[in-house]
Amino acid sequence: MKDTRQLNSKWQVSGRTTLAILEVFTIFLFILFMVPFGMVVLNSAKTSKEIIFNAIALPSDWKQLGVNISLIFNNATVDYLGAFFDSTLITLFSLIVIVIFSSMAAWVLVRNKTVWSTVVFLAFVAAMVIPFQVLMYPLVRWLRVSGSFFGIRLLGTIPGIVFAYLGFGSPLSIFIFHGFIKNIPYELEESATIDGCSRGRTFFAIIFPLLQPIIVTVLILNGIWIWNDYLLPLLLLGSNGVVQTIPIAVTSFAGAYLKQWDLILTSTLIAMLPVIVLYLFAQRYIIKGMVEGSIK
Amino acid sequence: MKQSRVVNVLFLLPCVFSFIMIIIVPFFFGLYYSMTDWNGISNVVTFAGFKNFRNLFSSADFLYSFLITIAYTVINIVFVNVVSFGLSLIVTSKVKRRNFYRAGFFVPYLIGGIVLGYIWQFILNNILVSIGMNMSIPFLQTSFLSLPHTVIWTMAAVNTWQYAGYIMLIYVASIQSIPASLMEAANVDGANYSTRVFKILIPMMANAFTISLFLTLTTSFKQFDMNLTLTNGGPATRFLDMPVKASQLLAMDIFNTATANRMAEAQAKAVVLFVVLLVVSLIQVTVNKRKEVEM
Repeated sequence: MKDTRQLNSKWQVSGRTTLAILEVFTIFLFILFMVPFGMVVLNSAKTSKEIIFNAIALPSDWKQLGVNISLIFNNATVDYLGAFFDSTLITLFSLIVIVIFSSMAAWVLVRNKTVWSTVVFLAFVAAMVIPFQVLMYPLVRWLRVSGSFFGIRLLGTIPGIVFAYLGFGSPLSIFIFHGFIKNIPYELEESATIDGCSRGRTFFAIIFPLLQPIIVTVLILNGIWIWNDYLLPLLLLGSNGVVQTIPIAVTSFAGAYLKQWDLILTSTLIAMLPVIVLYLFAQRYIIKGMVEGSIK
Repeated sequence: MKQSRVVNVLFLLPCVFSFIMIIIVPFFFGLYYSMTDWNGISNVVTFAGFKNFRNLFSSADFLYSFLITIAYTVINIVFVNVVSFGLSLIVTSKVKRRNFYRAGFFVPYLIGGIVLGYIWQFILNNILVSIGMNMSIPFLQTSFLSLPHTVIWTMAAVNTWQYAGYIMLIYVASIQSIPASLMEAANVDGANYSTRVFKILIPMMANAFTISLFLTLTTSFKQFDMNLTLTNGGPATRFLDMPVKASQLLAMDIFNTATANRMAEAQAKAVVLFVVLLVVSLIQVTVNKRKEVEM
């Protein structure tokens, strides 16, 4: 992302007082945006009684945060640690297959200008307008039927849901890769072919490494979506199946401990912490990825 | 050349196969199921024509959800875009630490609708109410989530908190791509700040508005996760003399219909959602694109 400085002097508000007011207003807005996070942290360090007594006060003893966290990880009804592990695996595997297979497909679609490649590309693009709600129930039934026909369990398993994420994630990813690969000069591949490099190797040795910046975009767009996704895991894995994800664990938890805000808030804190920590480190890439993914 | 055809097919296979299995086949099944008596239990599914669709128009909960979703979408589009445009002006201004603020405003987008819904449920039902009690502010003493006429606005406000930082990024990128010379010219001509924003900045950002409106439109229309954990459809209200859930948006109505094993009916509702969303977003993009050319 370009630095914002280039433009500023040209058109922005100027004048000392105006700028000072804007400065104060911005700080106020920023605090307003951050207050919810602060409230989660504050109340994750309280007992249920303390929250009911005063939800805004500082916790009397920060040690309670550790107590709440261990209560959640040692909980008998919801296997939080397991859900964490499964969520990580599902997100990771889905991202790997989406990046590899979508870039392969996009490359073939760019380099083969035939009627069918246009048709396939347009089908991917058109499918992006279909809301998940139309597909979800038929999908569950279809995966059960076809899975039992082939003798593979697609429901309630990690490979099954990764396969589904490939299906849902590849249209947008192919679209993004397609736009990027179009601008890679064909001469690069030609010289490789002359040197006797096979088509498949040309892609992996020459094209794929060039895709690195756009791969980051695809990873971020899909990563945020898959990590936080609720409905697809709920339908394919079930709310009390063997394989769980974080959003499902949080809802089961909130359902089992109705209004026990000390535990519910601690569980949301644990759920969002990894993403926020990741964001602190990869902030520049994430912002750039989000912008590129939406403008394309 | 023969080898390259094999490679083409192999390279396309994983995506095309998963696409057919996950999207194409369920889509056509979905269209078919909406015209059957599918209940999710019996394996026998019989064709019923347009009966489900006809029934929808006399179903109070569907009509209510439909209307409230449109209202929510309109409110949300205005909220999100006004706030995010304002934020984009701020983080491209001369304000100190602007890049830090830009990063901060985006954080709520990362945490996902489920988690976000619980956090805000706590803030609205507990924190605000307890502030209202302690400081005797009457209008804060009942939660905004418990009144039918405030709940939709509250949901839009919560969604704005989540989404504004993301849309802001799109506007920022657009502002940064405007040639500086243009703004310089305006400055020389002595145009004041609001003229510069409305007469030059906004017309130059037409493309960003097309994208942002499309994104907010489609996500509001399909809103589910936050709806589920923030309000779960509540509170109860009445519509056409029937009890309905005041904040049950379309996606949640579909979900609850299917949970009650009225699968075919849920599917018909989903098809209506699809068609309306398709038509509305096509209109929006066409109109915006036409405006882009004019500007």
